[in-house]
This record gives sequence, C-alpha cells and structure tokens, in this order.
Amino acid sequence: MLKVRIIPCLDVKDGKVVKGVQFKAHEVVGDILGLAERYSDEGADELVFYDITASADRRKVDYNWIKQIASQINIPFCVAGGIRSIADAAKILENGADKISINSPALENPDIISEMSVRFGKQCVVVGIDSFERNGRYMVHQYTGDTEKTINTGRDTFEWAKEAVERGAGEIVLNCMNMDGVRNGYDLPQLAKLTAVVDVPVVASGGAGTMTHFQDVFEKTGVTGALAATVFHKKQINIGELKAFLKDKGLQVRR
Amino acid sequence: MNISKNVVLIDDGGANFTSVTAGLEQLGVNAPITRDARQIQAADLVILPGVGAAGYSMKHLRDNGLVDVICGLKQPVLGICLGQQLLCESSSEDNAKCLGIIPVKVKKLENIRIIPHMGWNNLTEIADDPLLEGFSTEDNFYFVHSFAPEVDSRWTIGVCDYGVKFSAIIRKDNFYGVQFHPEKSGKVGARLLANFLRLKC
Repeated sequence: MLKVRIIPCLDVKDGKVVKGVQFKAHEVVGDILGLAERYSDEGADELVFYDITASADRRKVDYNWIKQIASQINIPFCVAGGIRSIADAAKILENGADKISINSPALENPDIISEMSVRFGKQCVVVGIDSFERNGRYMVHQYTGDTEKTINTGRDTFEWAKEAVERGAGEIVLNCMNMDGVRNGYDLPQLAKLTAVVDVPVVASGGAGTMTHFQDVFEKTGVTGALAATVFHKKQINIGELKAFLKDKGLQVRR
Repeated sequence: MNISKNVVLIDDGGANFTSVTAGLEQLGVNAPITRDARQIQAADLVILPGVGAAGYSMKHLRDNGLVDVICGLKQPVLGICLGQQLLCESSSEDNAKCLGIIPVKVKKLENIRIIPHMGWNNLTEIADDPLLEGFSTEDNFYFVHSFAPEVDSRWTIGVCDYGVKFSAIIRKDNFYGVQFHPEKSGKVGARLLANFLRLKC
C-alpha cells in the first residue's frame, strides 16, 4: 500500500538553511547538505526546500546547492520559491530537483501551470496555496513571505485548487495560515474539504506540533503527505520516532 | 562494487537526467548521457531513463535513429519509469507506439481517485530474478506516474498494488523495466541499481 509521506521543509537563503521571518534578520541554522542528510537518514520521505533568496534577477541565482543535494541525497525533493518562468523551472530541474512548487506566480499568471505541466510533466508541478480562514470562508493569500505585503486575492481556496489541478498541477500543498506557527495541529476541516474536491495528492502544511497531529491529519483527511519545519528543526520530533508512532497507530509508513 | 563496467544513459529527450547520473555516481559509476548509436552498442550496460510523455520521447528516439539500435541491444538494459513504458508495445498516453520489445500495453491507472500515484509503495509479488535478489515485499520504492504497464505473468516480475495492480517491474530476456525511480528510492533503490550493475553482459 501507498505510504504516508513525512516531509520536512527547509528555508534556504543564499545556499544556507535559515530560519526567521522574511525580510528580517535570518539566523543561519545550518549547512544545507548536513540537514538534508540528517532528515534523509531519519527517514524523511521527501524534502522541500523553500528558496527565499531575494533577487531582482533570477538568472543570476546560484543553484549549485540544488546540484549538491541531488548528488548526495537519493530521496525526492522539491524546490519552492522564486520560480517565475519556464526557464527558472528548467534550470532547477536540470540541477536535479524532482519537482518545482509555484505559488504567487501561478496566481499572477495561471497559464504558467499548464505551460510547466506540458513541458515537464504534471508530476513535476506542485502548486502551493496559502489559505487563510475568515468568517468561515477560506481565501487564497499572496506574497505571504512578507507580512506587510500579504494580500487577500479574493479567490476561494477550493475553487483555486480545482483550477490549478485542471490546468495541470500534479500535487497541491495547502498551507493553512491560521494554523501556521501555532503548533495546535493541522487544519483538519479545511484539508478534509480540499481532499474531497481535488483528485491529485494533497500535502498538509501548517500547524504540526505533536506526533498526534500527524496521526490526525492522515486519519481524518485525505492528505497523502504532511509537511513541517519547526518541530523537526528544533528536534522536538524525530522523524524515525514519528514513523514508529504512526505505524503503531496502524498507519502505513515507510521504515 | 565493480565500477569497471561501461554504463551509458540513452538521451531520450527528457529534461532531468541529473538524479539518475547522481544515483549511479553514488555507486561509483560515471555514466555518460548519449544518443550516439555506437557508444550505446559498445556499452556493457544501458539505462533508458525517462521523465516526460511517451509520444514526445518516442519521437525523439525515432528522430535520432535509435529505435532499431535499442531493439537490437544484447547487453542488460534497464528502462526507468517512462523508460520502462517505452520498452512496451504501446501507451495510451498520446496513443504512442512504443519500442515493442516487451509485448504488454501501457495504460492509464483506472478507477483510482488520486492520480498521479505519488509516493512510496511496496511490491505485492516478486519473482525470482537476479535483479531482485535480496528484495522482499516489505521494501518500498518511490513511484510517481499516471500510466503503467498492465500485469502479464509472462513478463511481469514485480507487481505493485495501488488499488489497481500494475507491472512495477517487467523483464524480457536482457530488457528490464521498473516503473518506480530506483535512483530516488533511498538505500532500497541503490540496492536495486547495484544488482543491475552486477548483471552479466
């Protein structure tokens, strides 16, 4: 049977793993390869690298770190952040990434989803959605990297997800902003609703604080993957122990 | 690991060979990517990778005069993911006529709610074969695909069950195909690649 996927997310700036809020001081938390290897060894099923390198000209961005990861790690990994064109995506995939994830650029120009899907295959194309709940409605937000620039796009989260899939997205990562950083658990109602309306794999993001939160999201929603950052970086949860816990609860995990 | 073997990757027009070459490098093998017929024929082992669509890749192979070259190979050949599908008779993706080396049809995974089949899955049946020496139904491989060869007891040596059963591994003579990505399947995948590198020429 298909196994659930545990996916650590690493923020990368100028080839280093960082933490902190964008446009504020970033603390370098470690060497990118060292952390990627640690997670891979602990049993991560996939990795996501969120590139927050600020650059006015993407052509000058150094993707050597992607090549290094591809040469050291033999589990799948996705690169997110700053991918605005087919050329950006091609460069990232050529350097060895398995998938690219697009968020704001897909909202600016939804055609880019179909173009990438045709060019690289839908299995490479992940659409990230930042969703915020207000008065019972889930709305897509944009430019969420900077709290001062974040806007409500006015788009309904589920409608946008359906459109992204129709346009060729092979996977959706739903970042539930209400839960992000709070560590009170994933947004189960929202994720359950999304997985009922799209027929591609959905990855949950935002809210993981305990091992039980992972159990809940796999048992109570249709997601096939769960993404988290802080709990892994701060070593509050060891991925190997998490997988043993989930297996003990009867979930299908890769050991 | 015997690294003296000459391994090549056939350029079938795909966008991403890096992970396959990197996976082989981790096993000490430096495999060039080529569409040169003589270089392919002279290799000890040949890998047909593949990410993308069947129709596009078949056109690329035809345009480069590689169809007869591949069909005539006598050394061990490993098709990976789309590469496995290209070894088959035809694919319902783009209604493509494939290489026709292994007489099975590639079909879209049907009556499955979540497509692509994306993630780690195990095999439910494993045949006795040198490629699969040391493997059990507990081992997980990384899959990402929407199409797959049907199960045919003559050629299927590994079955995967994603609600529908399909050929995760096929073999005919010196031609092998795997639907998953061994180069992305961690230590388990590396073991499979190592078994392939050990096959007799």
